[in-house]
Amino acid sequence: MALLEVTDLRVQFRTDDGIVKAVDGVNFSLDRGQTLGIVGESGSGKSVTCLSIMGLARGGRVGGQALFQGKDLLKMHADELRAVRGKQIAMIFQDPLSSLHPFYKVGAQIVEMILAHEKMSKKEARDRAIDLLRLVGVPRPDRRVDDYPHQFSGGMRQRAMIAMALALDPAVLIADEPTTALDVTVQAQVLDLIERLQHEFGTAIIMITHDLGVVADIADDVLVMYGGKPIEIADRRSVYYQPHHPYTWGLLQSIPSVGAEHTGEKLRAIKGMPPSLIHLPTGCSFHPRCPYVMDVCKKEEPHLLPAGDNGAHLSACHLSIDEKQRIWQQEVAPTR
Amino acid sequence: MVRYIIRRLIWVVILLFAISVLTFSMFFLLPGDPAQQSVPKGATPETLAQVRHRMGLDQPVYRQYLNFLHGPDLVGNDKPSGVLNWPPNLGYSFRNEQPVLDTILDRLPVTASLAIGAAFFWLIIGIPIGILAALRPRSLRDRAAMGFALFGVSMPVFLLGIGLLYIFYFKLRWAPAPSYVPFWENPLSWANHLFLAWLTIALGTAALYTRMVRGNMMEVAGEDYVRTARAKGLTERRVVGKHILRSSLTPVVTMLGLDIGTLLGGAIVTERVFGLPGVGATTISAIAESDLPVIQGVVLFAAFFVIMFNLIVDVVYAALDPRVRYS
Repeated sequence: MALLEVTDLRVQFRTDDGIVKAVDGVNFSLDRGQTLGIVGESGSGKSVTCLSIMGLARGGRVGGQALFQGKDLLKMHADELRAVRGKQIAMIFQDPLSSLHPFYKVGAQIVEMILAHEKMSKKEARDRAIDLLRLVGVPRPDRRVDDYPHQFSGGMRQRAMIAMALALDPAVLIADEPTTALDVTVQAQVLDLIERLQHEFGTAIIMITHDLGVVADIADDVLVMYGGKPIEIADRRSVYYQPHHPYTWGLLQSIPSVGAEHTGEKLRAIKGMPPSLIHLPTGCSFHPRCPYVMDVCKKEEPHLLPAGDNGAHLSACHLSIDEKQRIWQQEVAPTR
Repeated sequence: MVRYIIRRLIWVVILLFAISVLTFSMFFLLPGDPAQQSVPKGATPETLAQVRHRMGLDQPVYRQYLNFLHGPDLVGNDKPSGVLNWPPNLGYSFRNEQPVLDTILDRLPVTASLAIGAAFFWLIIGIPIGILAALRPRSLRDRAAMGFALFGVSMPVFLLGIGLLYIFYFKLRWAPAPSYVPFWENPLSWANHLFLAWLTIALGTAALYTRMVRGNMMEVAGEDYVRTARAKGLTERRVVGKHILRSSLTPVVTMLGLDIGTLLGGAIVTERVFGLPGVGATTISAIAESDLPVIQGVVLFAAFFVIMFNLIVDVVYAALDPRVRYS
């Protein structure tokens, strides 16, 4: 049985302008110790997917199923869900400065989480917090534990958040764009840290990001989302070496290449803008921006279908498998 | 932190000086001749000249200002009459025949009682209503709370005061006649006499606090750290009580300090309506009688309180918000 199994997840928000279909039919499963990368632009629904699994999507109407160790998170009572949050499934967020309470010391916030789920003395919890800070590489943890969030640097803060998230050895860690707010060098450090901790604790990770480069190392499987819908699911190798969707191609092409032979090259962006989640385009949501658009794309929504021999590799596109392979090999891969 | 306080105290002194100049200038802007108003009708020009001399009105302006600040004994009561002397007399009122400071100090307990009592009530009325409203936005109780706030904010103080008096004293005879009973004479009677006055001030101010608390809480509820708190698996009670409230109530503390500081300068209208001999009532009388020293003294006095409470409030805020401390 998979650790976390999400089936047909749908999340909608009522607004004055209409119903926002933030998430429209997402499926994935996560096994112990595995890493799933969820990739997409802003507004693709990747964050809302995970927030709604944890019951943190304020005001959203959530449908579908999210089985965690066999029990549906979406149908749990508040108390049951609270016992899962933090202890079984932990989450870290994009901006660690705004995600920590500015008025309380960092150590106190970690201790608060520990004591919410486990019975131990304040001193024991504090010692545990210091150990955790040491584990994530915060220097002088015995001093830093009494500092306030604004006294930490950005990377240090994110490490502290990671420490807090892993305090109770959760089965799943959901990392919502953990490196987006950090400098590139610090990014690499934090990703390294997450990988190392995963090896040590055996935590399953869901890594949400808009940057394909971030998941390149760490993800076992990748789910690409667009306009609230999943448009491609594959293992890491397939996504990078055999992608089967024009959007994924666009994402790969838009990664800037660094190196002398690439100077003077223009950046390759995907033309157009992400769609409004209230008024999605007809047919395939990506069709207004797709360089390979056909008539059928404007009328019929493509389903997630196997992309070849590999049954686990799914993509939602009307192009035939042969077409996709041809385009990838001849047109896109050389430019990547 | 200590350096911060010292810097602020220097500003306090500068501000008070500036205000003393302004207050003193009032002397020359207001109509009427203080000497003229201090002598009985039919006084001879010689008497008038003597009084002028006594009051130091025949001296150049800067001299008069200096006297105002650090005056000689102008009255012959062995007390120097300047602001900077000790005790700072804040001038001398010929009408009351006592130093202005004494006049104010006589009245201060009344105003202080009014301020503290009103503050107590507006806090226990305003804050809980604001919290309850914020916990269920757009519900019936939220709309009721906002209706209350609208009423409190719109209602003129004198109308509310007179209205309450009319109903509870005049018609129902539940409240005592408007007057003041000192605390040490009879605490129960003291509270009884002040109750309607407290309510009058409290209802209006509570409305402001309700709106502020509700607004703060709704804003804080959307903050990332509240989401983190929930993601940690904390109980809702803890999320609201320790995370949301802590951030929402900190600005309320600053408001409280400023409001009390301002009230200590005299709740003029309320004191008048309820017949309370406080600093505000003194101010009205002084204006009516053109008793300039008293007006000046009260202005300085009130300014002092407002400035000091501003400082206190800033220091308290630094104690509550660690981000402010280290800048």
